[in-house]
Amino acid sequence: MADTNPIKQFEIHELVPFEAFGLNLAFTNSSLFMFLTAAVTIVLFTLAMSSRALVPNRAQSVAEIIYGFVADMLRSTAGPDALRFFPFVFTLFIFILMANMLGMFPYFPGPGLHSFTITSHLIVTVALAMLVWLTVIVYGVFKNGPKFLKLFVPSGVPGYILPFVSLIEVISFISRPISHSVRLFANMLAGHILLKVFAGFIVMLGAGLGVGGYVLGIAPFAMTLGLTALEFLVAFLQAYVFAILTCIYLSDALHPGH
Amino acid sequence: MTHAPHSEVAQHAAEAAHDVAEAVFPPFDPTYFASQLFWLAIFFVVLYVALDRFILPKIKTTIEDRRDRIADDLDAAANAKADAEAAGEAYEKALAEARTKAHVIAADTRKALDAEIAKETAEVEAELSAKQDASEAAIRKAKDKAFADVRGIATAATAAAVEALAGVEMSEADAGKTVDGLLKAKEA
Repeated sequence: MADTNPIKQFEIHELVPFEAFGLNLAFTNSSLFMFLTAAVTIVLFTLAMSSRALVPNRAQSVAEIIYGFVADMLRSTAGPDALRFFPFVFTLFIFILMANMLGMFPYFPGPGLHSFTITSHLIVTVALAMLVWLTVIVYGVFKNGPKFLKLFVPSGVPGYILPFVSLIEVISFISRPISHSVRLFANMLAGHILLKVFAGFIVMLGAGLGVGGYVLGIAPFAMTLGLTALEFLVAFLQAYVFAILTCIYLSDALHPGH
Repeated sequence: MTHAPHSEVAQHAAEAAHDVAEAVFPPFDPTYFASQLFWLAIFFVVLYVALDRFILPKIKTTIEDRRDRIADDLDAAANAKADAEAAGEAYEKALAEARTKAHVIAADTRKALDAEIAKETAEVEAELSAKQDASEAAIRKAKDKAFADVRGIATAATAAAVEALAGVEMSEADAGKTVDGLLKAKEA
């Protein structure tokens, strides 16, 4: 009987053991998918932009549309002066999008025979969210100096409730990397578990009830099919949400006065 | 949890749940945290550099080149349109000028022709009136001559009539006086 464990897809397998500074830095299937994410993105974009035609072909159109999509998102949420962060936001968006999409493969010819969604591991999304959060703090202080603290003192608030509002603003600011990272992580984790649970039902029904079970398995199969479509949507949407929240947070670093 | 040994499906599910409970949930397993952060940093930076240095500038210049090209083409089209309009205006102007010129030429020609016609008419009229005058003079001359003859004849006839009736020879002068007196009386 096939393995119906829905958690198996999140397992990490060492491919090339590597230790440095007393840390286990082995090249794992997670590292492999990070490599694939970067490599596939670079190869696809390079191929798409190889002709640089005045009238673009389909691949070049897609590359230009993604470029315009991220540029518009950044410009509309954080203003035109935020375009200095464009490569950063674009890298975040395309990295998460590609990682989520590569995670949609149900099978991968590697150890464990399963594909791997790097964004389904909290440590990865926390790292990305902290990168954004620290960028906001460092750039915000660098650019605005003490005026950056205006971020916690909204204008037009009566003095007697200002301390509470400021407290809420501080808590909200501190909890940003948590919500930012957990949102992406939980979406990818839950969706993939759900997908594998329903796919597992087909195998369980077949193993338990024989041919009749496989016939009944049409129901969870249909569910899996629908969930796969939904997961593709979630894979894109979460990359978009992560990127647009990054834009909003960067907007705070650029214009802390609300 | 109620166990149902007759159902293999439930048993498998229970076993799977048991396996999961025993093992550490992989996303929270800290064994590979360092490894994940390490390789994430490497590949994220690689992707960032590749995008920032090579791919994004390429897309940017391509889009800008296209926008410039379109703007240039639109400008060229606007210029061509302005040129065409100017040419149209020049044509209209030339046409109007030519029309005015044609009117002037026509008017001049008409004037010249009229003058010539008037001149020729005047010449012909002068010639005709000269001829008329000559004819009238000749007629008058002939008439005078005829009148003179009539007086002569009347004088002779009077002399002859007096001679025949009274047998008195009448001088030509006396006959003339008589005739003139009669003519005068008739005229009066």
